[in-house]
Amino acid sequence: MMNKRNMVAVVFFAVIAVCFIVTAIAIHDFGKPDVTNMDDYIINNCQKETGANNAVTSVVFDYRGFDTLGEATVLFAAVAGVILLFRRLKK
Amino acid sequence: MSGMSKIVKTMSSLTFPLVVIFGLYVIAHGHLTPGGGFQGGAVVASACVMLLIAHGSVWTMKKVKEKQLSIFESLGAIAFIGLGFFGLVFGSTFFLNFMANTTKFFGIFGTEVAYQSTAANINTAGVLPLMNFAVGLKVIAGLFAIVLVMAYATYKSKEGDIE
Repeated sequence: MMNKRNMVAVVFFAVIAVCFIVTAIAIHDFGKPDVTNMDDYIINNCQKETGANNAVTSVVFDYRGFDTLGEATVLFAAVAGVILLFRRLKK
Repeated sequence: MSGMSKIVKTMSSLTFPLVVIFGLYVIAHGHLTPGGGFQGGAVVASACVMLLIAHGSVWTMKKVKEKQLSIFESLGAIAFIGLGFFGLVFGSTFFLNFMANTTKFFGIFGTEVAYQSTAANINTAGVLPLMNFAVGLKVIAGLFAIVLVMAYATYKSKEGDIE
Protein backbone atom coordinates (compact mmCIF):
# COMPACT_ATOMS: atom_id res chain seq x y z
CA MET A 1 0.00 0.00 0.00
CA MET A 2 1.55 3.26 -1.09
CA ASN A 3 1.33 6.26 1.12
CA LYS A 4 0.72 9.79 -0.04
CA ARG A 5 4.40 10.71 -0.22
CA ASN A 6 5.24 7.83 -2.59
CA MET A 7 2.23 8.66 -4.78
CA VAL A 8 3.48 12.22 -5.20
CA ALA A 9 6.94 10.95 -6.08
CA VAL A 10 5.59 8.51 -8.70
CA VAL A 11 3.47 11.22 -10.36
CA PHE A 12 6.40 13.64 -10.31
CA PHE A 13 8.78 11.17 -11.94
CA ALA A 14 6.14 10.16 -14.50
CA VAL A 15 5.73 13.80 -15.56
CA ILE A 16 9.52 14.24 -15.79
CA ALA A 17 9.84 11.03 -17.84
CA VAL A 18 7.11 12.12 -20.26
CA CYS A 19 8.87 15.45 -20.70
CA PHE A 20 12.18 13.74 -21.52
CA ILE A 21 10.58 11.21 -23.91
CA VAL A 22 8.65 13.90 -25.80
CA THR A 23 11.83 15.95 -26.13
CA ALA A 24 13.79 12.91 -27.35
CA ILE A 25 11.16 12.18 -30.02
CA ALA A 26 10.90 15.79 -31.16
CA ILE A 27 14.66 16.38 -31.41
CA HIS A 28 16.27 16.56 -34.84
CA ASP A 29 18.08 13.51 -36.23
CA PHE A 30 21.58 12.63 -35.20
CA GLY A 31 24.10 14.47 -37.36
CA LYS A 32 21.54 16.93 -38.69
CA PRO A 33 21.71 19.74 -39.69
CA ASP A 34 24.67 18.87 -41.87
CA VAL A 35 26.45 22.20 -41.82
CA THR A 36 25.93 25.39 -39.91
CA ASN A 37 27.19 28.86 -40.67
CA MET A 38 29.80 28.70 -37.93
CA ASP A 39 31.37 25.45 -39.20
CA ASP A 40 31.62 26.84 -42.72
CA TYR A 41 33.08 30.11 -41.51
CA ILE A 42 35.79 28.47 -39.41
CA ILE A 43 36.71 25.87 -42.07
CA ASN A 44 36.91 28.49 -44.84
CA ASN A 45 38.64 31.26 -42.92
CA CYS A 46 40.79 29.78 -40.13
CA GLN A 47 43.90 29.36 -42.30
CA LYS A 48 43.67 32.84 -43.75
CA GLU A 49 42.79 34.63 -40.52
CA THR A 50 44.97 32.90 -37.94
CA GLY A 51 47.67 31.40 -40.16
CA ALA A 52 47.42 28.05 -38.35
CA ASN A 53 47.18 24.86 -40.38
CA ASN A 54 45.60 23.11 -37.39
CA ALA A 55 41.99 24.27 -37.27
CA VAL A 56 41.46 22.90 -33.76
CA THR A 57 44.26 25.01 -32.32
CA SER A 58 42.97 28.06 -34.15
CA VAL A 59 39.58 27.53 -32.50
CA VAL A 60 40.96 26.75 -29.05
CA PHE A 61 43.44 29.63 -28.82
CA ASP A 62 41.96 32.23 -31.16
CA TYR A 63 38.21 32.01 -31.78
CA ARG A 64 37.54 30.56 -28.32
CA GLY A 65 40.51 31.97 -26.43
CA PHE A 66 38.31 33.03 -23.55
CA ASP A 67 37.29 29.40 -22.97
CA THR A 68 40.96 28.37 -22.78
CA LEU A 69 41.52 31.12 -20.23
CA GLY A 70 38.81 29.47 -18.11
CA GLU A 71 40.47 26.07 -18.48
CA ALA A 72 43.81 27.51 -17.40
CA THR A 73 42.08 29.09 -14.40
CA VAL A 74 40.58 25.73 -13.43
CA LEU A 75 44.04 24.10 -13.60
CA PHE A 76 45.52 26.90 -11.51
CA ALA A 77 42.79 26.54 -8.89
CA ALA A 78 43.32 22.75 -8.75
CA VAL A 79 47.09 23.10 -8.24
CA ALA A 80 46.63 25.82 -5.63
CA GLY A 81 44.09 23.68 -3.77
CA VAL A 82 46.26 20.55 -3.75
CA ILE A 83 49.39 22.43 -2.62
CA LEU A 84 47.34 24.17 0.09
CA LEU A 85 45.93 20.84 1.29
CA PHE A 86 49.26 18.96 1.38
CA ARG A 87 51.52 21.78 2.56
CA ARG A 88 54.03 21.21 5.33
CA LEU A 89 53.18 23.17 8.42
CA LYS A 90 55.91 24.71 10.53
CA LYS A 91 56.13 23.43 14.05
CA MET B 1 58.42 6.26 -1.57
CA SER B 2 62.09 5.41 -1.51
CA GLY B 3 62.58 4.36 -5.11
CA MET B 4 62.55 1.12 -7.06
CA SER B 5 65.29 -1.24 -8.24
CA LYS B 6 68.39 -0.23 -10.17
CA ILE B 7 66.97 -1.65 -13.43
CA VAL B 8 63.89 0.58 -13.24
CA LYS B 9 65.97 3.61 -12.32
CA THR B 10 68.33 3.10 -15.26
CA MET B 11 65.61 2.47 -17.81
CA SER B 12 63.51 5.43 -16.69
CA SER B 13 66.56 7.69 -16.83
CA LEU B 14 67.28 6.46 -20.37
CA THR B 15 63.73 6.99 -21.67
CA PHE B 16 63.16 10.29 -19.85
CA PRO B 17 64.87 12.52 -22.48
CA LEU B 18 63.05 10.81 -25.35
CA VAL B 19 59.65 11.39 -23.76
CA VAL B 20 60.53 15.01 -22.96
CA ILE B 21 61.63 15.63 -26.56
CA PHE B 22 58.37 14.17 -27.87
CA GLY B 23 56.33 16.33 -25.50
CA LEU B 24 58.22 19.48 -26.48
CA TYR B 25 57.65 18.58 -30.15
CA VAL B 26 53.91 18.28 -29.53
CA ILE B 27 53.92 21.70 -27.84
CA ALA B 28 56.07 23.41 -30.49
CA HIS B 29 54.06 22.02 -33.42
CA GLY B 30 50.70 22.71 -31.77
CA HIS B 31 49.55 25.00 -34.59
CA LEU B 32 50.50 22.49 -37.33
CA THR B 33 49.78 18.96 -36.08
CA PRO B 34 47.30 17.48 -33.61
CA GLY B 35 48.17 18.39 -30.07
CA GLY B 36 49.06 21.61 -28.37
CA GLY B 37 49.98 23.08 -25.05
CA PHE B 38 47.74 20.96 -22.85
CA GLN B 39 48.55 17.64 -24.52
CA GLY B 40 52.31 18.16 -24.82
CA GLY B 41 52.45 19.49 -21.28
CA ALA B 42 50.73 16.34 -20.05
CA VAL B 43 53.33 14.21 -21.91
CA VAL B 44 56.29 16.06 -20.35
CA ALA B 45 54.66 16.01 -16.91
CA SER B 46 54.18 12.23 -17.17
CA ALA B 47 57.88 11.86 -18.02
CA CYS B 48 58.70 13.76 -14.82
CA VAL B 49 56.24 11.57 -12.89
CA MET B 50 57.98 8.48 -14.30
CA LEU B 51 61.26 9.68 -12.79
CA LEU B 52 59.45 10.47 -9.54
CA ILE B 53 58.03 6.93 -9.31
CA ALA B 54 61.36 5.30 -10.21
CA HIS B 55 63.57 7.31 -7.86
CA GLY B 56 61.17 8.10 -5.03
CA SER B 57 59.68 11.30 -3.76
CA VAL B 58 62.51 12.08 -1.31
CA TRP B 59 65.14 12.08 -4.10
CA THR B 60 62.85 14.21 -6.29
CA MET B 61 62.06 16.63 -3.49
CA LYS B 62 65.82 17.25 -3.07
CA LYS B 63 66.09 18.20 -6.77
CA VAL B 64 62.99 20.36 -7.15
CA LYS B 65 60.64 21.98 -4.66
CA GLU B 66 56.94 22.56 -5.18
CA LYS B 67 57.48 26.30 -4.64
CA GLN B 68 59.71 26.51 -7.73
CA LEU B 69 57.11 24.57 -9.72
CA SER B 70 54.32 26.90 -8.65
CA ILE B 71 56.48 29.88 -9.66
CA PHE B 72 56.81 28.38 -13.15
CA GLU B 73 53.08 27.69 -13.28
CA SER B 74 52.28 31.28 -12.36
CA LEU B 75 54.75 32.49 -15.01
CA GLY B 76 52.88 30.46 -17.63
CA ALA B 77 49.54 31.87 -16.51
CA ILE B 78 50.88 35.44 -16.55
CA ALA B 79 52.35 34.94 -20.04
CA PHE B 80 49.03 33.57 -21.32
CA ILE B 81 46.92 36.40 -19.92
CA GLY B 82 49.59 38.93 -20.95
CA LEU B 83 49.41 37.74 -24.55
CA GLY B 84 45.64 38.19 -24.37
CA PHE B 85 46.05 41.76 -23.10
CA PHE B 86 48.66 42.52 -25.80
CA GLY B 87 45.85 41.92 -28.26
CA LEU B 88 44.08 44.83 -26.55
CA VAL B 89 47.23 46.98 -26.73
CA PHE B 90 48.25 46.34 -30.36
CA GLY B 91 44.77 45.79 -31.76
CA SER B 92 41.18 46.13 -30.78
CA THR B 93 40.01 43.15 -28.73
CA PHE B 94 41.06 40.83 -25.92
CA PHE B 95 42.78 37.66 -27.27
CA LEU B 96 43.24 39.21 -30.72
CA ASN B 97 45.79 37.35 -32.85
CA PHE B 98 47.83 40.48 -33.51
CA MET B 99 50.97 38.77 -34.84
CA ALA B 100 49.36 36.70 -37.60
CA ASN B 101 49.83 37.61 -41.28
CA THR B 102 51.93 40.68 -40.60
CA THR B 103 55.57 41.73 -40.80
CA LYS B 104 55.23 44.32 -38.05
CA PHE B 105 56.81 42.15 -35.35
CA PHE B 106 59.97 41.32 -37.40
CA GLY B 107 57.91 38.65 -39.19
CA ILE B 108 58.06 36.30 -36.20
CA PHE B 109 55.27 33.71 -36.67
CA GLY B 110 53.83 36.08 -39.29
CA THR B 111 54.00 34.16 -42.57
CA GLU B 112 50.70 34.13 -44.43
CA VAL B 113 48.96 30.83 -45.15
CA ALA B 114 46.68 30.28 -48.14
CA TYR B 115 43.38 28.40 -48.00
CA GLN B 116 44.54 24.98 -49.19
CA SER B 117 46.40 21.97 -47.85
CA THR B 118 49.77 23.65 -47.52
CA ALA B 119 53.08 22.28 -46.34
CA ALA B 120 53.62 22.85 -42.65
CA ASN B 121 55.57 26.02 -41.95
CA ILE B 122 56.42 26.54 -38.31
CA ASN B 123 56.84 30.31 -38.74
CA THR B 124 53.09 30.94 -38.94
CA ALA B 125 50.01 31.47 -36.78
CA GLY B 126 50.96 34.60 -34.83
CA VAL B 127 50.48 34.32 -31.08
CA LEU B 128 49.20 30.73 -31.15
CA PRO B 129 52.68 29.12 -30.72
CA LEU B 130 53.50 31.54 -27.91
CA MET B 131 50.22 30.74 -26.17
CA ASN B 132 50.95 27.03 -26.66
CA PHE B 133 54.32 27.48 -24.94
CA ALA B 134 52.73 29.43 -22.07
CA VAL B 135 50.00 26.84 -21.52
CA GLY B 136 52.55 24.02 -21.89
CA LEU B 137 54.77 25.50 -19.17
CA LYS B 138 51.71 25.90 -16.96
CA VAL B 139 50.54 22.31 -17.46
CA ILE B 140 54.03 20.79 -16.98
CA ALA B 141 54.62 22.62 -13.71
CA GLY B 142 51.04 22.24 -12.46
CA LEU B 143 50.59 18.50 -13.02
CA PHE B 144 54.07 17.66 -11.74
CA ALA B 145 53.52 19.82 -8.63
CA ILE B 146 50.26 18.00 -7.86
CA VAL B 147 51.82 14.51 -8.11
CA LEU B 148 55.01 15.52 -6.27
CA VAL B 149 53.18 17.07 -3.33
CA MET B 150 50.80 14.11 -3.00
CA ALA B 151 53.63 11.53 -3.20
CA TYR B 152 55.67 13.37 -0.58
CA ALA B 153 52.65 13.65 1.71
CA THR B 154 52.11 9.86 1.42
CA TYR B 155 55.75 9.24 2.39
CA LYS B 156 55.50 11.58 5.35
CA SER B 157 52.29 10.05 6.66
CA LYS B 158 53.79 6.54 6.33
CA GLU B 159 56.82 7.64 8.37
CA GLY B 160 54.47 8.64 11.12
CA ASP B 161 55.54 12.26 11.58
CA ILE B 162 52.80 14.27 9.99
CA GLU B 163 53.96 17.82 10.42
